[in-house]
Amino acid sequence: MFFMDPFFWDLFVNGLLIGCMYALVAVGFVLIYKATSVINFAQGDLVMFGGYIAAAGLSLYHLPLWTAAPIMLALMVALGFAVERGILRPLIGQPVVSVVMVTIGLALVFQGLAAMIWGAATINMPLPIPLKPLIIWEIFISPINLVAAGLCVAFLVVFAYFFRRSRMGIAMRAVADDQQSAMSVGINVRVVFAISWAIAGLASGIGGLVWGNMLGVDTHLALVGLKVFPAVILGGLDSVPGAVLGGLIVGAVESVAAGYVDPYVGGGTKDFAPFIIMILALMIRPYGFFGREIIERV
Amino acid sequence: MINRECGVYQTTYQGDMALYPLPLAKISYALLLLVLLALPLAADSHTMAIMNLIGLAAIGAIGLNILTGYTGQVSLGHGAFMMVGSYTAAILSSRYGMPFWVGLPAGGAVAAAVGAFFGIPSLRIKGLYLAISTLAAQFIIEWCINHIPWIGGGAQSSIYVPTPTLFGWPFNTEYRRYFMVLPVLILAYVGAQNLVRSRVGRAFIAIRDRDVAAEIIGVDIFKYKLLAFAVSSFYAGVAGALWTYYLKIANYEHFILSTSISYLAMIIIGGLGSVLGSVFGAVFITLLPIVLVYVVEGIARLFGFTYASIADFLANLRLIIYGGLIILFLAIEPEGLYRMWGNIKRYFRFWPFSY
Repeated sequence: MFFMDPFFWDLFVNGLLIGCMYALVAVGFVLIYKATSVINFAQGDLVMFGGYIAAAGLSLYHLPLWTAAPIMLALMVALGFAVERGILRPLIGQPVVSVVMVTIGLALVFQGLAAMIWGAATINMPLPIPLKPLIIWEIFISPINLVAAGLCVAFLVVFAYFFRRSRMGIAMRAVADDQQSAMSVGINVRVVFAISWAIAGLASGIGGLVWGNMLGVDTHLALVGLKVFPAVILGGLDSVPGAVLGGLIVGAVESVAAGYVDPYVGGGTKDFAPFIIMILALMIRPYGFFGREIIERV
Repeated sequence: MINRECGVYQTTYQGDMALYPLPLAKISYALLLLVLLALPLAADSHTMAIMNLIGLAAIGAIGLNILTGYTGQVSLGHGAFMMVGSYTAAILSSRYGMPFWVGLPAGGAVAAAVGAFFGIPSLRIKGLYLAISTLAAQFIIEWCINHIPWIGGGAQSSIYVPTPTLFGWPFNTEYRRYFMVLPVLILAYVGAQNLVRSRVGRAFIAIRDRDVAAEIIGVDIFKYKLLAFAVSSFYAGVAGALWTYYLKIANYEHFILSTSISYLAMIIIGGLGSVLGSVFGAVFITLLPIVLVYVVEGIARLFGFTYASIADFLANLRLIIYGGLIILFLAIEPEGLYRMWGNIKRYFRFWPFSY
C-alpha cells in the first residue's frame, strides 16, 4: 500500500510543513474577510512586498537580520493601515465586483512598484539556516521548512491568544459576528478594520520572509497568494481554524499529487491539484469545513 | 453614442423597446458605419493593426459585460474561455482543414459549452465565492490545454494556423484582417444590444438586481445564469478564435489570468451593464500602453535617455498606471466612461439650463 511507502510520507510531511506557510498567508486573508467582507486578491502581493523589503534590507543594504526583520514588519503594518484607510474605506457598500477589482488593481500597483524600486531580477534572501537536510525516520526534511513552519506555528499561537484573550481581539470577533451590534456596544469598527489590515500585513510580512527565503524574491512570489484561495475555501472563508486546516491540506495534497502525478504529465500538478479540490469543495460544501453556513436557496 | 438619450425619457413601452430610440439614431449608425468602412483608405498599416486589436478586445469585453455587467456574475475565467475558443479553431483549421467560417462559430460553441459547465457552481454560490470558482476554471483549463498533448500539440502548446480565407480572399494584410474583425464586431455589438433589451436580457438584469425577487416573479434562475455563462463564453470563444486567425497561432500565453483581469478592467473602466461601455473600455485599455509608450518615450528623449534604457521602467509604470486607474475609476466614477459620456451629453442637452 502507498502509505507504507517512505516516499509518500516524505511528500506528506514536507507538504504539511509547506502547508503551515500557506496557513500563515491564509490567516491574514481570512482575517480581512471576516472583519471587512473584502476578498483580498492582493494578499500574495503583500507577501511579495514583505519579501522584497526584507530581501532588499538583507542583500542590498546589508542590514543584520535583527534590524531588517523588524523594519520590514513595521513597514508592512503601516502598509496594511494605509491600504485600508486610503483605498478600501471609500468602497464600503460597493458591489462585489468593485471590491474584487480594487484589490486586483492594488495587486498590479504593488507588482509594478516592487519591480520599479528594487528591480525585476530575483533577489536572494540569506537567512542563517543550515542547508543540510535532517533525516528523521527516513524522511528528508530541510531545516528551512522546519524553521518556517515553526515561525508560522508561533505566529498562529500568539494570534490565537490575542484573539481569545485580549480586549482588541474580542472586539474584532464581535465585529466579525455582527457589525451593527458591535457598534452599538461601543466598539470602534473603523479601528477594528484598520487593525485587521495591519495584522494581515504582519502575517504577510512573516510569510514574505519565509517564502522569499525558499523561492527567492521576485514578482513571482505573489503567486503564493493564489494558492490561498483553495485553502480558505476548504476551511471556510470566515474561519481562522479553517484557514489553518485548509492551508495544511493544500500543502499536503499538492506535495503528494506532484510526487505521484508529475512523472506522468510532465510537471505543473502542484499549481493545479489544489484548484481541483477547491472546485469540488465549492460544489459539495461551499462554506467549507468551519465556515458560517448561509442557507439561501434561490 | 449620440443615438440615444442621456437618461430614461421614454413614456411608452414601444419607446423602451426600440432599437433606434431617436430619429438621429439611424443616421448616426449609417455615418459611423461609413467612417469605419472608409477608414482603411485613410489609415496606415500601424493604425489598422491598432484598430484590429481594439476590435478583438471589444468582442471579448462585450461578452464579459453580458455576464458580469448585466447578470451580475463576476468571472475571472474569461481568458480561459477565450483560450478554449482559440484552441478549438486552431485544431479544426490546422488538423482537419476546416475553413475559417466553420472554425469561428465552432470555437464559440465549444467555449459556450465549457463556460456553461463552469457556470454550474453559480447555482449554489455567488458573489465572492463565484469569483474564486471562476478563478479555478482559469487554472484548470490552462493546465488541461498545456498538459494534454492532443489539445496543446506538445511543446509550448502552440498550434500554427493557416491564413484564413473567405470566398477565395485571404486575410493576409492588416487592411484585409480589418474586414475580418469588423463584421464580427458589428454582429457581436448588435447581437448584444438586441439580447439585453429582450426577454432574456431583462431576466439577466432581474437576476443581477435581486435574485430572490427575480425568482418570485418567475425567472428560472438556474437556466438564465447558465445561459448568461454560455452566451458570455460564446463571445469569449469567438474572440479567442478570431485572435487565433488574426495571429495565425494559438498560444495559451495570450489568454492567461492577466488577460481575464484586463477584460474585467475594460468593462469596469468602460461601464458595467452597458454594451457601448464595453467598447469604450476596450478602446481605452488597448490604447493605454501605446499612448503611455509615446508619452514616456517623448519625455525620456528630452532628458536624453534611449528607449532600451527605460523599457523596464515603462513595463512597471504601465502596471502601476493600469492598477491605479482601476482603483481611481472605482472610487470616483464606478459607472465608468459610459457614465462620463452620458454626463457630457446631459450637459449639452440641458444647456444652458443645467438644473
